This record gives sequence, structure tokens and C-alpha cells, in this order.
Amino acid sequence: MTSSTAETPRETTGGSPRFPLVLGLDTFGDHEHDAEDRPLSHAQTIRNVVEEGVLAEQVGVDFFGIGEHHTDDFPMPAADVVLAAIAARTKRIHVGSAVTVLSSDDPVRVFQRFSTLNAISKGRAEVVLGRGSSIDSFPLFGYDLANYEELFEEKVNLFAELLKGGPVTWQGNLRPSLNNQDVVPYTEAGPFRTWIGVGGSPQSVVRAAHYGFSLMLAIIGGSPARFRPFSRLFLQALEKFGREPLPIGIHSPGHVAETDEKALEEFWPRWLHIITKMSKVRGFAIPTLESFRFEVGPQGALFIGSPETVAQKIAANLQTLGANRFDLKFGMPGLSPDSLIRNIELYGTKVIPRVRELLAESTQPDA
Amino acid sequence: MSGSVIPSSVRRIAVLGAGHVGPVIARIALDAGFEVAIATSGSPDNLELITQVVMPGVDARWAADAVRTADLVVLSIPLHRFPALDPALLAGKLVVDAMNYWAPADGVVAIFQDQRLSSSEVVQGRLTQSTVIKSLNQIAYQYLDDGRRPAGSLDRHAIGVAGDDSDAANVVGDVIDRIGYDPVLLGSLKAGRILQPGGPVFGAVFTRSEFERAMHTAAVQS
Repeated sequence: MTSSTAETPRETTGGSPRFPLVLGLDTFGDHEHDAEDRPLSHAQTIRNVVEEGVLAEQVGVDFFGIGEHHTDDFPMPAADVVLAAIAARTKRIHVGSAVTVLSSDDPVRVFQRFSTLNAISKGRAEVVLGRGSSIDSFPLFGYDLANYEELFEEKVNLFAELLKGGPVTWQGNLRPSLNNQDVVPYTEAGPFRTWIGVGGSPQSVVRAAHYGFSLMLAIIGGSPARFRPFSRLFLQALEKFGREPLPIGIHSPGHVAETDEKALEEFWPRWLHIITKMSKVRGFAIPTLESFRFEVGPQGALFIGSPETVAQKIAANLQTLGANRFDLKFGMPGLSPDSLIRNIELYGTKVIPRVRELLAESTQPDA
Repeated sequence: MSGSVIPSSVRRIAVLGAGHVGPVIARIALDAGFEVAIATSGSPDNLELITQVVMPGVDARWAADAVRTADLVVLSIPLHRFPALDPALLAGKLVVDAMNYWAPADGVVAIFQDQRLSSSEVVQGRLTQSTVIKSLNQIAYQYLDDGRRPAGSLDRHAIGVAGDDSDAANVVGDVIDRIGYDPVLLGSLKAGRILQPGGPVFGAVFTRSEFERAMHTAAVQS
């Protein structure tokens, strides 16, 4: 797989007919614990994430993404710095955000950081822009949640201008204007791939198409199949705006271990802990073992189990949604480095080949 | 809440808001046989493709247009936009408030800060010419679609319906039933507090008996 992997449409087996199948891993820098369940330092967790990115390339993963977070459970505010460290030690794997909370960042700085990452990685950088479903960055950087929608709309607009290259002239309401401003570093070979992470708002899907950004469906609860109309909406919106088709990706949480039982056993207490914490912040009821089992099952959004179980679920959902990319968000605060390493190894060596095989089988003409 | 016309039954529904929640409510209402229109604060042109693909059969309209002909209006706009909504738009209408207020996740909206009032009481306080019922707010939009079950199913899920006007609450309860959920009627908008974020049934997918048990447990504990 070359550095132009996701850039060049071509005929392929599996996934969407137009784009190659890309199978990646995402992390939020989930705070790791040692084998005795003692929390590691933030610093050690970050160093471990670098090693995880390097390992991901070694076992054949196509993409490694890091999602910006700002809490003790996810001490990962400067994902691009960590991605640069991974890029310096790898040759093939694509590196990117998952997501960058653009609303509370400066689009010029985001462009500069990812254009720098693109330089270091020789064209392997990607960025996934999001509004931020966790809002921790808003008070941290002094943004008002009352402008939640406007901040994103305006900053995506500026980001699209920056990606075109050349001096930028731009005016908005929430950020100072730019007047014929040169923004460096220039990209070497056109814009790096930019996605918009969409959680469930059809207007966000249309926005991605409008700017010519790829669509990353963040499916973290409920049935993945309910996103099917969004894939259609994206393709039709691209057509309406006179654009060529673009890749569609899925981002979902999960965990791979040798057996279904082991994967569930490792994941459930960590998931329960973090979701219980989130439920206090967000005001929703604490999940039950029953709701967890639903999410793990074929109609749910968690990809947990043996390599075979997870591969079957990934292949089925790629087909259902007409997507060509799947990024498994691995890890959960409290899991040990050993269990994450095992997850990455199994994903690269067992899940990925099996997904490719399943999709190739299903697209073969009748013998 | 004077002057609202409470229809004896609902035929036309207008959904205001096309974010995460509005389109799902529009689609399942259409499925249940209602005539459904959807609107945002802007032009219907921006919604045309979305309705065509994501909720075919739903009419994209200007808000005033959609509301005028509706027997029932579902309010599913971002709550921080509510203070800017003109109450005259909804005058005389039966309104289902599907919005939620939870400052830790959504930021502070001053008019909803009065802890003595449920958020729907605040909404009713501003929509003086409308009859407000709180409902469709407590099941996460991710499950609203797949969570539907035919009447009589053992695993049918419950949706709370809270209002001061019992005729209006009954009408909304019928709509909830037709959509595919068991309506659990609460006596007043104030009682609707139990449906809010931080309450015992918010974000949970419960059957009627689980729902009532959770409410009861919460009542005993408070």
C-alpha cells in the first residue's frame, strides 16, 4: 500500500467499489493501568501510544488515528505531536486525528500542524475534523458552547480555504479575518485527506460533501445500519455539488482478544466504569449488562470478541453502509499495555486478513 | 396555556429542528401514518435533499408553513436556541417539547437555570399561547428508531408523557402509542422532571414496568 492509498480511486475487491479497503486503529490515549491495575503516568501512557502506532504498522494496519481529549481518563490533548513521533518511526502506515476538535482550535494552526505532519510522514497525514462530542476543550480554551454550531461551520469553512493552498483571504464572525495571508508549510502534493466526523446529524453529512471532505461515520451506540441513509445522502450530495465520489469510513469502539469470552471479560468492567462516569457528566442512566450485550451483538455498535467475531461484524457493516474504511477505536481507560498490544497484534494479523477475505468472497461473481 | 386548540386526534405533525433528533422523530412519525413536515430556522431548500434521502415522504417547509397546518408540533431544536424562538410561531398549538437541558454537557442557558422548574415548565412559561407536553426527550435518538415495538409486545419500551393539560397529554400519549411505544403519563409538567437528564429514566430503554419501577425507586430515595 503506497502513500497514495486512499487518494486514488481504483477498482478493488471489498468495501466500496471505487476505493481501496482501509482498515485502521484509533485511540483516545486511554489512560493505561499496569498488570496490578495501578494507573501509569500520563507520560508513560503517551509513550505507550507511540509504541502502539509503530506496532500497528508492523502487523499490517493501514491507519493509526489519535483522538484529541483533555481528561485524566484520556490524557491526549496534543495528538499531532504523538502522531509525528509515530510517523518518524514508520514508513507505510497513514497517521491522523480521530478527531481534531476544530471548534475549539484555530484552523490555521490545525492546518499548519497537519501539514507539518504530512511533511514528516511524506504524505501519510490525514485529519478528521469534529465538533467534539466531549466538550472539555470549550471551557479550557475559552469558547462558548452557545456558539457550538457556528464555531464549527465557520472553522470548517476556513479550513477548506487553507487546504486549497496559496494566500488566503477569509472573513468570519468568530475568528479574525485573513487578508491575502501566506500560510506555511505548503503541502508537497496537493491537500492531505480531510474527513468530517459525523455522529448523527444529516446536515453534517451535507456539509462534508459541500466542502469535498470524506465522511467518517462515528458509530458509538445503537445499530450501525441506521447510518445507511447517510451514505446515500453523502453520495447524492457530492453529486449535487458537482463533486466526484469520496471515501466513507466507520469509526467504532471495540476490543479483540483470543476468544469472545476473554475480550468481553477484559472490556466490560472498564467500559462500565467509564460510561458510568460519563453518565454522571451527561445525565443519562447507567448502562446495564443487558444494554452492553445488545451493543456487542450484531445490531449494536461495539466490535468486541475473537478475531473471527470482530472480522464478521466489520465486513457486514462495511457492506451495509457502502463504506471502504473501518477504524476500530481500541483501548479503554484501565486496560493494560499487554492487553492493548495483543489487541493490535490480533487486529493486524487475524482480523484484517479475514475482513479482506470475507469481502473478496462476497464480491466474487458466481462460479 | 390559553387558546390552544387540542385536537381530538392528530393527523399532521410538524417537527422543528433537523439535527440528530428531529429527522428520526419525523421518520418514525411518518412510518406511523402521520403526515409530517420538518423545518429549521432557514430555508426548506437546504433540507430538500436530506428529506428526500433520509426521510422520504416528509415535507421540508418553512417553519411557519409547517406549523400552520399541524395538529401537533414537536420542538427538537438545540435548547440554547430556544430563547431566540418567537413564541408567536407556536401560538395556539399543541407542542411536544423533546428538548433537554443539562448544563454540564451543553453549557449554561440562563432561563433554564431555575432549579425549581422543570425545563418544560420554562418552555411553557415562554410559550404562553401554546399547550406544552414533555415527551420524546428521554430515549436517546440512537435507539428511537429500532426501539419501536407493536402494541402488546412483551418487550415494548416506554416513553414518558408529562403535561398539565390531561386532554393534551392523552392526545400525545396516543401519538406515542401509534409510533410504537408505551406512553407513561405523568400528572404534570413539573412531574416531567423525572424524564430529564440526571433523572432515573433518562437515556434508558425501559419497558413500562422497568420504567415505573425506576420512577418509584427514585421517588422513594428523594
